[in-house]
Amino acid sequence: MFTTLSRIIKYGLQNFSRNYLVSIATILVLLLAVIVFESLMLFGVIGQKAITLVQDKIDISVDFNEGTAEDEMLKLKSSLESLQEVKLVEYVSKDEALKRFKEKHPEDSDISKALDELGNNPLRASLNVKAYNPKEYAAIAAYLSNDSFKSAIENISYNQNQLVIERLAKIMDIGKQAGFVLTILLAVVASIISFNTILLAIYSNKDEIGIMRIVGASNAFIRGPYIVVGVIYGVAAAFAGILFTSPFIYLASPFVKVLIPEMDIWGYFLSHLFPILGYDLLFAVSIGVISSFIVVRRYLRG
Amino acid sequence: MITFNNVSKKYGTNEVVRDVTFKINPGEFVSLVGRSGAGKSTLIKMLTGEERPSKGRVIFGQYEVNRLKQDELPELRRHMGIIFQDFRLLSKKTAYENVVFAMEVAGRPQTEIDEVTPQVLDLVGLGGKTKHFISELSGGERQRVAIARAMVNHPDVIVADEPTGNLDPINTWGIINLLTRINELGTTVILATHNKDIVNQLERRVLSMEDGRMIRDEEKGKYILV
Repeated sequence: MFTTLSRIIKYGLQNFSRNYLVSIATILVLLLAVIVFESLMLFGVIGQKAITLVQDKIDISVDFNEGTAEDEMLKLKSSLESLQEVKLVEYVSKDEALKRFKEKHPEDSDISKALDELGNNPLRASLNVKAYNPKEYAAIAAYLSNDSFKSAIENISYNQNQLVIERLAKIMDIGKQAGFVLTILLAVVASIISFNTILLAIYSNKDEIGIMRIVGASNAFIRGPYIVVGVIYGVAAAFAGILFTSPFIYLASPFVKVLIPEMDIWGYFLSHLFPILGYDLLFAVSIGVISSFIVVRRYLRG
Repeated sequence: MITFNNVSKKYGTNEVVRDVTFKINPGEFVSLVGRSGAGKSTLIKMLTGEERPSKGRVIFGQYEVNRLKQDELPELRRHMGIIFQDFRLLSKKTAYENVVFAMEVAGRPQTEIDEVTPQVLDLVGLGGKTKHFISELSGGERQRVAIARAMVNHPDVIVADEPTGNLDPINTWGIINLLTRINELGTTVILATHNKDIVNQLERRVLSMEDGRMIRDEEKGKYILV
C-alpha cells in the first residue's frame, strides 16, 4: 500500500515537472480563479462590515411624556429587553439627554443662551431601541403602540422614519442576496474555466492513459498521479494567490478606509492570513483534484 | 491456454469477426495472418479485453475475458505482454522508466525492479540507451523497449500486433529474432502480421484470416491467402 502510494506520488511529481509548460499555464489559470475567489471573500467582508455599520446606525427612539415616572420607563425598558427581536435598549434620562445635547453643540452660543433662558430642561427622557434585524422595527413599534404604554409614550421615531428604515432594510437584504449570488456565480465561472484548463492539460496525456491501461495499470494507479498533480496545481495557485493579492490589498486599504473608516482591510488580511490561505487552498485544491478526477475518469471509461 | 469459442464481433451491422474458433497451447509461437481489415487486430483486442465479443467466449488461462469487468482487466493484462506497431510507449519517460512502469503497476518490489530492468534492457540490446527518452530512440529501438516492457513481468503470452509494420528489414528481423528467443524460453507468442517473408521463414503455426473468418489453421504453415 505504502509502496503503491509512494509510486503514485513519484509519477505525479514526474508528470508535473516533465510537463512544466502545461503545469505553469494551468497554475496561472487556477491562480486567476483563486484571485477571483479571494477578492470575493474580501469584498464579502467589506460589504458585511458596511451593512453592519448601517444597521448599527438604525434605531428607534421612544420619547416619554413629561411626568412619566422613571420606574415606569425602566419597566418598559425591561419589557422591551425581553423581546426576541430586540438587541439593545438604552435608557437616556432627561439629564443625560441634556448633557449629550450640550456635548453635541459646545460652540453654539445661541443654543446655550436659549437653554439658560428657559431655566429648566426641555428635553425628554427616552429609550433607544436597536433590533437584530432592521425588518423587526415594525414589530417593535407595534408592540410599543400597545394601549398600556400610550399614557407614558409621547412619540415613537419609527413612525416618522418608517419608510427610510424599510428601504434600508430592503437595500441591505438585496445587497446580501446579490453578493451571495455574485459570489457563487463568479466562483462557478472561475471553477469551470479552471476545470477546462485541467481538462486540456490531461487531454494531452490521453494516449498515455490508454497505454497505462494496456500495460495493466489499475484505475487507481492511473488516476493517482493526476490527482497528485491536481493537488500541486491547487497548492501552488493558493500560495501564489496570497502573494499576488497582498500588495494590492495593502495599496487598496487606505481607499477602503476613506469609504468605511472602521474597516482596516490590510489589518484584517494580516490577522486572517491563515484562514484566508486555508480557504484558498480548499478552493484551489478542490478544483484541481475534482477536475483531475472527473477528466481521468472520462478517459478511463473510453 | 487461449481459447476462442465461436467468437463474433459486430460494429453496428458490420461483422468484422465471424464465428471464429481456435485454441493456442502454452509455449506455442502462432502467426496470425491476413490482409488489412481481415479481423486480426479485433481478434487481439478481444483477447486483451479492449473489445468485447458480440458472441462467443474468449478464455485466457483462468480468465473468461468476455465476462471480465473493467476493473478486472488490469489483472488480466499483467499476465500478457502486448506489443503494437506504433510502439505505444510513454513518451515522457525514458526507456528504463517505461520498463519500470510495467513492473511497478504489477506491484513488483523495488529490489526486483532494480535488478531485472537493466538485465531485460540488455537482453533487447538497449543496455547503453536506458536513460534515453523515447523521442531520442529510433523505430527499431522503440520496439525493443516495447518488447522489454512486454517481457519484464514474465507474462504467459506475448501478443504482438504488427510489431514490424513501421520498421526497416534489418530492424524487422532483429525484432522477430527477439520474439523467437522469448518463445524458446517458454513464453507463448502470438504474432499478428501481414508480412509474408516473416511467416514463411518462421515455419510455425499459422492462423489465416480473411473477411473476419478463420480460413486456415496449419502447423508449420505458410502465408497463403487467396
